[in-house]
Amino acid sequence: MSGSLNLTNDFVVKFANVNGSGSASANSMFAKSVLRMGVPVAARNIFPSNIQGLPTWYEVRVTGDGHLGRRGGVDLMVAMNPQTWDRDIAEIEPGGYLFYDSTKAMPESKFREDITVVGVPLTRICNEVYSVPRERQLFKNIIYVGALAALLGIEIEVIETLLSEQFAGKDRLIKANFEALHMGRDYVKANLKPLGLQVRRADAVGDRIYVEGNSAAALGAVYGGATVCAWYPITPSTSVVEAFMDYCAEFRTDKETGQAKYAIVQAEDEIASIGMVIGAGWNGARAFTATSGPGVSLMTEFIGLSYFAEIPAVIIDVQRGGPSTGMPTRTQQADLIGAAYAGHGDTKHPMLLPQDPGECFEMAALAFDLSDRLQTTIFLMQDLDIGMNEWLTEPFKWDDSRNLDRGKVMTYEELEAGVDFGRYKDVDGDGIPYRTYPGVHPSKGAYFTRGTSRNPYARYSEEGHVYVDNMQRLLRKFETAKSLIPAPVLRKSGKATRTGVIYFGSTTPAMHEALEILEAKGMHLDALRVRGFPFSDEVYDFIAAHDRVFVVEQNRDAQLRTLIVNEGDVDPGKLPPVLHYDGTPITARFIAAEIGARLGAAAPRSPVPEAAE
Amino acid sequence: MTYLLKPRLHHPSLAANELGFTRRDYEGSVSTLCAGCGHDSISAAIIQACYDLNLPPHRLAKLSGIGCSSKTPDYFLGASHGFNTVHGRMPSVLTGANLANRELIYLGVSGDGDSASIGLGQFAHAIRRGVNMTYIVENNGVYGLTKGQFSATSDKGSKSKKGVENHDSAIDLVSLALQLGATFVARSFSGDKAQLAPLIRAALAHKGAAFIDCVSPCVQFNNHAGSTKSYDYVREHNEAVNRLDVIAKRAPIEVDYAPGTTTTVTQHDGSVLALHKLAEHYDPTDRIAAMTYLAQRQAQGEVVTGLLYVDPEASDLHDSLDTVERPLNSLGGPDLIPGSSVLAKINADLR
Repeated sequence: MSGSLNLTNDFVVKFANVNGSGSASANSMFAKSVLRMGVPVAARNIFPSNIQGLPTWYEVRVTGDGHLGRRGGVDLMVAMNPQTWDRDIAEIEPGGYLFYDSTKAMPESKFREDITVVGVPLTRICNEVYSVPRERQLFKNIIYVGALAALLGIEIEVIETLLSEQFAGKDRLIKANFEALHMGRDYVKANLKPLGLQVRRADAVGDRIYVEGNSAAALGAVYGGATVCAWYPITPSTSVVEAFMDYCAEFRTDKETGQAKYAIVQAEDEIASIGMVIGAGWNGARAFTATSGPGVSLMTEFIGLSYFAEIPAVIIDVQRGGPSTGMPTRTQQADLIGAAYAGHGDTKHPMLLPQDPGECFEMAALAFDLSDRLQTTIFLMQDLDIGMNEWLTEPFKWDDSRNLDRGKVMTYEELEAGVDFGRYKDVDGDGIPYRTYPGVHPSKGAYFTRGTSRNPYARYSEEGHVYVDNMQRLLRKFETAKSLIPAPVLRKSGKATRTGVIYFGSTTPAMHEALEILEAKGMHLDALRVRGFPFSDEVYDFIAAHDRVFVVEQNRDAQLRTLIVNEGDVDPGKLPPVLHYDGTPITARFIAAEIGARLGAAAPRSPVPEAAE
Repeated sequence: MTYLLKPRLHHPSLAANELGFTRRDYEGSVSTLCAGCGHDSISAAIIQACYDLNLPPHRLAKLSGIGCSSKTPDYFLGASHGFNTVHGRMPSVLTGANLANRELIYLGVSGDGDSASIGLGQFAHAIRRGVNMTYIVENNGVYGLTKGQFSATSDKGSKSKKGVENHDSAIDLVSLALQLGATFVARSFSGDKAQLAPLIRAALAHKGAAFIDCVSPCVQFNNHAGSTKSYDYVREHNEAVNRLDVIAKRAPIEVDYAPGTTTTVTQHDGSVLALHKLAEHYDPTDRIAAMTYLAQRQAQGEVVTGLLYVDPEASDLHDSLDTVERPLNSLGGPDLIPGSSVLAKINADLR
């Protein structure tokens, strides 16, 4: 068909499936096969809060240029779900392709004229070979992977290798999957031609790894020395702890006794989870929980206690669509304010904002050092997009000379030597007091921990000046945190500009691509990626150095922008928000369109996100 | 909680225990509770028990929630680390602390408002997990700090100080603890130190979740006619099933084994509980019989006290998790961090 897209190593494939049909592993294998050919991919699983029956999508961006964010638009739709047929077809780019199960003939009216339709009778092929319903369902997925490989130029041997790895030791399954794979490939070879979308072997992946952020954070917790984990299952954070369990079982089991050098407790709720974390932190163990927005809400009272009683704790918050139950399986960056100020009274909590699984690993390990150093709750703010999707990221790195930073802990010897111990004394002027572990000394160093006001020697006091002094010290400690939080990353425009953009977290790859799109149109912006809270001076210097700074984030109420304004002396008018919050990961096209329109037009556009999936 | 320290002056000839500590070494700050508060008697019993057990004061961690009862850890064991957590959520904090360092002795102190209302869930789950702790509820059946509201353990039909009748059924924490799998369950009365102190000793020596419900009259708001948690009422309705002696494992075991009067139970740590039976045929190792007996006596308006149930072979949460003997908080980088070579293998598997 004339006008069809001809793209090599640069296109978007989207699979429309039914939840529970077993398509996830087949689709993931498709993405990995492209990766194994040396071509970067960015995959996004878009799934419902449901076990079986509702629509689910899996989007694979084949991205030879290395753009790992969502681009927007679909070049090839693999339409396997009749329920979403119309909207799936509507999403295809002009000149794009539709792949469908042609067992039943579809009326012409069901297709668009500006796309190429490719039919493979998947059900018929399946039914001729398989009689068991579940086999028919599962192998249909493998058959379409085989067919797509032939249509897109993916080497079948690469997929065979992946299948062999997946079913290692199960020769019967390997053979069966090979047969299904070959059925799809052979049908295409006999009946169809390759598409204009092609994968060509390249060398653009390097030594990068392909991993989910939740798994990376779990590994970071292992390397960060976490020994106690208390949790309550909640999407999308559950896989953090599941991965932590697996890593601990492998790396933290005493070789001689088989006993665990860790403790993981599935608590009765989020309140108990953080309670256990605080109890363990108080008693000198590194402890964490993983949760999402509703869990943070429940934990808030305890988080306030951690702040005021100054007890280390780490919370991995994998953000999802809120408020309330919101959209449990969709992504947002909408817990920022809730986490930053969790608690009643005046509270502030440091947050780490990773951009990808690589930083999830680094920052998870760092979070434990920071929580010990600052003696407070540290939030690692992931989101569903990073947490539950596999991302191409730099390999994990670890410096073997690095030691656990346990912060200011008075030892038996120091107490014995007669050092004056006041649990809440600001000895060093940085707002961080010294603590003792329970049971450390028979007669010195014991104190009473409480959520009530107390003097520097931890004795209860309701005197106003004592309270104010303590609250001021906590502010000094928060100021100290600025020097410990990872610094923002500046990305200067090629040309001098008075316009900037601030962004963070999973927005990063789409933001970087958007900057390229804008630059191609002659719109230049300096960009600053914020990596933590409290914000360092560099954030405010950046704002001061520009006339206008867009703040791009994935929530309705511009929470990052609110925090920036609230924590610094900034004119809110200088910070136009760019907001995307429909629950899907933000796209480069959306950011470029929003900023482009505002830079190019007199009147700013309303910050309405693009249409939902 | 008070900021007043007790004067350190004491009689030069105060008796010392085997560790050389006097009873004063187990005391804390001056109590700010009302004169005559049952809670102070419980604090005194805790002090006595710890002294008798030759327990190094600093090796005990005392945790509580919020409320009159939860203030009391400030009034005993001043050399121990203490923790006033949040209302009703002490059990989870204690659980976490216990996971971090299994070598300390954990004492949770709570109240009926704390444990039977806001904290009922945490109470239940800490018990069912078998956290190695002594969990004492100082049960006065009333909210003292907020001046006299009924609590969830107030008996149906009992009256408040203002004469209002309680229409809600009471939660019986002892029955609940038995049902939830506590491996040491007792009830006592703050006015009966002779019974209470040995019970606390036995609970501290017990490995697993030890629960003591201690009726502790509130002199301000729940010590009047019509109250079922008053001194007079409990004294009149107290039905003690046994009296207890605890013989530490190091001491020679010399117990009167006269048939029909004494039962001995050897606990996991080797300590021996000598139970002088008062109630006929009462077997404290039979959980179901204990539940039945409690229900029968309760129906007759009696407050059953004593060691109601004990499993001498109990295990704890660390056994369930099969954690290493070394406290987790003592493990360092080499114990915990797999290192860069392992990371290189993980990276390779992710390509």
